[in-house]
Amino acid sequence: MSNILEIKNLTKRFGDFTAVENVNFTVRDGGFFSILGSSGCGKSTLLRIIAGFEEETEGEVFIRGESMKGIPPEKRPVNIVFQHLALFPMMNVRENVAFGLKRLKLDKTEIDSRVNEMLSRVGLEGYEKKDVTALSGGQRQRVAIARSLVMKPSILLLDEPLGALDRKLREHMKVELKQLQREIGTTFIYITHDQSEALVMSDDIAVMHEGKFEQIDTPRNLYKEPKTAFVAGFVGDSNRFELERNEGDTLFTKNGWKINKKGLKDKPDVLYIRPEALIINPSSDLTDVETFEITIKTILFDGSNTKLATIVTGSTEELLISLPQNAEFDGLEEGHTLQVGIHCDDLKCY
Amino acid sequence: MEQIIKPKKPFNVTLYLLIIPVLLWLVVLIVLPHLDLLVSSFKIEDDSGAMVFSFDNYIAFFKEQIYWLTFVKTAAYAIGVTILAFVITFPIAFYLTKVISKKNAAFFILLLLIPLWVGELVTVYGWMVLLGDHGIINHFLMTIGIIDEPINMLYTNFSMILGLLYMSMLFMVVPVMSTLESLDDSLIEAASDLGASKWTIFRTIIIPYSMPGIVSGAIIVFMLVIGDYLAPNILGGKSSLWFTEQIYNKFLTTFNWNEGAAFGFLLLMLSSGIIWLALKLSGQKLDKVGGS
Repeated sequence: MSNILEIKNLTKRFGDFTAVENVNFTVRDGGFFSILGSSGCGKSTLLRIIAGFEEETEGEVFIRGESMKGIPPEKRPVNIVFQHLALFPMMNVRENVAFGLKRLKLDKTEIDSRVNEMLSRVGLEGYEKKDVTALSGGQRQRVAIARSLVMKPSILLLDEPLGALDRKLREHMKVELKQLQREIGTTFIYITHDQSEALVMSDDIAVMHEGKFEQIDTPRNLYKEPKTAFVAGFVGDSNRFELERNEGDTLFTKNGWKINKKGLKDKPDVLYIRPEALIINPSSDLTDVETFEITIKTILFDGSNTKLATIVTGSTEELLISLPQNAEFDGLEEGHTLQVGIHCDDLKCY
Repeated sequence: MEQIIKPKKPFNVTLYLLIIPVLLWLVVLIVLPHLDLLVSSFKIEDDSGAMVFSFDNYIAFFKEQIYWLTFVKTAAYAIGVTILAFVITFPIAFYLTKVISKKNAAFFILLLLIPLWVGELVTVYGWMVLLGDHGIINHFLMTIGIIDEPINMLYTNFSMILGLLYMSMLFMVVPVMSTLESLDDSLIEAASDLGASKWTIFRTIIIPYSMPGIVSGAIIVFMLVIGDYLAPNILGGKSSLWFTEQIYNKFLTTFNWNEGAAFGFLLLMLSSGIIWLALKLSGQKLDKVGGS
């Protein structure tokens, strides 16, 4: 499959501040690409450069192989769904969706048929005459997406559009957006600070930190094989341990825990362990599993997300362990000691 | 003890005390004088000197061409000045709310308010100093040799419009600014993203969005202009023919208070009628316009 978007050595500075620093990436046609980062990492600036609202300081943006240098937003084959949607309040649903088509000077019957088709695709038939201010959050969302998609853009840019919705609706819209993207096959570039949104919907995710891309990978790889310490800490939950030194394959943490990791190459500084990677009472026939003892400090009950806060025996290191809610561990109480194991591939050192 | 104690709603004395000045203002200064004018506009003196009911005061207006010509001219010029005020101030309001920083905007708004500090009479005389045959502008133009004879600017419709614009323009800026302030910049970006040119954005997004502010500003400007006396009389001179002057003449030159009252009511009906029509044409509701 060909690349629809190519970003080359892109840099954006505002005075002394560098918002985007030497970013390179490509997005393949028909993909769902997310840019994940905390607020202020430069992801919105990057999106605005692609849309044409900001001009890059250095580097270039190519869409379908064509340079976008100097091309204003209204002439670019991309459309954007804004964070606060930016629906036109003085127009009804139909007028909002038809706005862009009217600018193309299409004839009325074509505008009507394209608007109707798009509204039915996003499930808003019968809402044509409604005021956008009278719609619910989810419906407004759909109008905003329909208004952009009806233009048949090469790329649809989405700037955290689910941020303003409540949790239940957000979960629902996640699935809906992904389905919609599959059906129509338009390339989506999705900006978010919510890793769950990115992990669920994306084909590929770029993790952005302080203006730079840390890693571009599939959701599974980002989670399983984070390439940098930042990604390991940012994507998913992690226990973080500062390392003092290592002797051969044995790691020594600052607070007196030692654990073996096979095949250690260079001298690492930090160790990350996911709470859900730990095995409680591991059976002895597992290979490559390091086993150690912990004492339960507290049980942090949170439904499916319940965790044990524990102390590793023989040290003062605290360790969070995910606790499956399948009745197997219902008898656990504070102060109990447990055997815990971890596969040595799940010990991530940087 | 199943008794539900319903708290008695206390008679809110403070609330009524607060309303009294407003009611007094409305009734004593506005409603009563208007009722009195309305009654006297339907009265004429008969041969014996007694006051009798008649439509003659109103008939007199339609019989005399100069009266209704003045009437039409006043309406047309007031509409024109209102439109001019919009054309001139809309870019200013846009610039102050969307282009420059909030801090600088506050300073410029203060500058805009300065003409209000000195009162209309002083600014009108200020224009006379500027526009007169021996005024600053003519003097300057003759000194640098562009003209030999002074241009006649004072006591014309031109000087009258200048004066009317100058005193009323500010009342257009403020309501328009308040609606523009609430216009989210991303609406403009969204329109441009959907392929709209600058002119289309202005026509389809900015103007419709600020319509409530524009209409409320237009109503204030129109009312001020159509009811103004100083600028037409002093800057427009004798030839200006503003309807307020006709009313003034009835009351204070010919001492025909009854006909003056009738003229006053005609002006009130004219301005109300035009505002009603403007609201209908722009599709705005009076309560929405007042709220901006």
